[in-house]
Amino acid sequence: MPFALAFALLAAQPVADAAPQEDPSTIDWEKEFGVEKKVRDPVTGELPVDPYTQSPANAGATPFNGESMAKAFGGQDGIRKIVGRLVDLSETDPRISDIFKNQDTVRLRRTLSEQFCYLLDAGCTYTGRDMKSSHKDLGVTRADLNALVENLQQAMREAKVPFPAQNRLLAKLAPMDRDIVER
Amino acid sequence: MAVAGLALATTAHADPLLDGGKLVLTNGISTLEGASGGGLASWATIAGMETDRGVGVSAHLTGIELADYGWQSHGVSVGIKDRIELSYARQNFDTRKVGAALGLGEGYRFNQDIFGAKVRLVGDTVYGSPLLPQISVGVQHKRSLDGAIVRAVGAASSEGTDFTASATKLVLSKSVLVNATARLTNANQFGLLGFGGPNQAGRTLQFEGSVAYMLTPRLVIGGEYRTRPSNLAIAREDDAHDLFVAWAFTRNATLTAAYADVGSVATFDGQRGGLVSLQFAF
Ligand code: HEM
Repeated sequence: MPFALAFALLAAQPVADAAPQEDPSTIDWEKEFGVEKKVRDPVTGELPVDPYTQSPANAGATPFNGESMAKAFGGQDGIRKIVGRLVDLSETDPRISDIFKNQDTVRLRRTLSEQFCYLLDAGCTYTGRDMKSSHKDLGVTRADLNALVENLQQAMREAKVPFPAQNRLLAKLAPMDRDIVER
Repeated sequence: MAVAGLALATTAHADPLLDGGKLVLTNGISTLEGASGGGLASWATIAGMETDRGVGVSAHLTGIELADYGWQSHGVSVGIKDRIELSYARQNFDTRKVGAALGLGEGYRFNQDIFGAKVRLVGDTVYGSPLLPQISVGVQHKRSLDGAIVRAVGAASSEGTDFTASATKLVLSKSVLVNATARLTNANQFGLLGFGGPNQAGRTLQFEGSVAYMLTPRLVIGGEYRTRPSNLAIAREDDAHDLFVAWAFTRNATLTAAYADVGSVATFDGQRGGLVSLQFAF
């Protein structure tokens, strides 16, 4: 939107000539509004989250049985790499990158890996939150979800996961849309 | 500065009108009748690449080379919020040498206009419960542009309206898309030879089924079957079927190639051949 930007810059011009005020960049707005600062865990690098009850049911689907799916995804290492790539792609995807700004993607990488690993029966417990509370107030749309699915498809394709196995994982995730899409 | 902030904020958050957010191929391709679906069967899909917050458009051009005829269809459709589809298609059916044999003159063309509307009632092709397909109902109003001739061959009317109800689901666990459509119709040869006839004047219930297998997110192979009434006394009408490959070579363009068989048309049997269709969708 170069027009909007140009217009905004023009509109901003007279304000710059106005009497000097306190520089807004030096104000600690979080303090002004009483926002509690969260501190990353020195070991894991994760931010604290509000207490919740851990349960495998939070993963939102029942896992596969047998080794074939875990194998198709390259085991725990393969899954971690695919999730890492998915988060990297999504954080830089202009369609959805805004949603990941100021979110704890350190934790997301861990919990999402756990979730996929649990669903693929690759030997993990899911310790994260349920899908509804994880995505509350993120304002995710159907188009955002489709964008994320495309990024996941790309990550799985790059990791050479056979296409039918990719779809079998997506079959587990697709019904979660009602907890993730908010608007 | 407040103005700057506001201007940037609104541009960053406004939904684009053509959001283009649908997953590739989940808009279906364009049927010969303009509605989105397979090549032959209307599906529960809504045309265009929009999701539930935007508007989408698509256009198609399809050509079929049959044993004795050339058949061509082109049209446009609009999808509104992945809920409502409005479509228009024009069909031109070239009788070539058969035209002379039938006394119409060589290269006589049957033409018809098809105005369609479809609404998605419940479900989603991809998401939601695997047991709940996307279900849509539709109407297709068809107007033959050869009124005198179609009445001369025995059609009761040169205009007709089909009613469809479709269920479509992508069964991800099997990489298979399944569609079933019930159609109430009295169209003869899709409406090219008018509507109703001596055998049956009113609409009868017909069935359309499609099965497709996803090879990649952008490449699908499949087959379709469509039953049809045989209303005219002078010429038998058969069921139609096809085998297709659809390839979304970009997000917005899909090329479909098919082997299609529509059986007997205007007393000339064995009308089968190749179909090529190009669709652009945004
Ligand atoms: C079926 C699809 C999805 C699955 C399975 C999924 C899974 C998860 C999981 C396991 C978590 C972490 C839960 C926790 O921290 O306890 C999470 C958080 C998150 N998800 Fe998703 N997600 C999906 C779709 C999406 C989409 C479409 C977006 C946005 C485009 C998104 C954005 C986020 C964000 C920003 C967080 C971090 C929230 C926070 O830390 O408070 N997710 N998701």
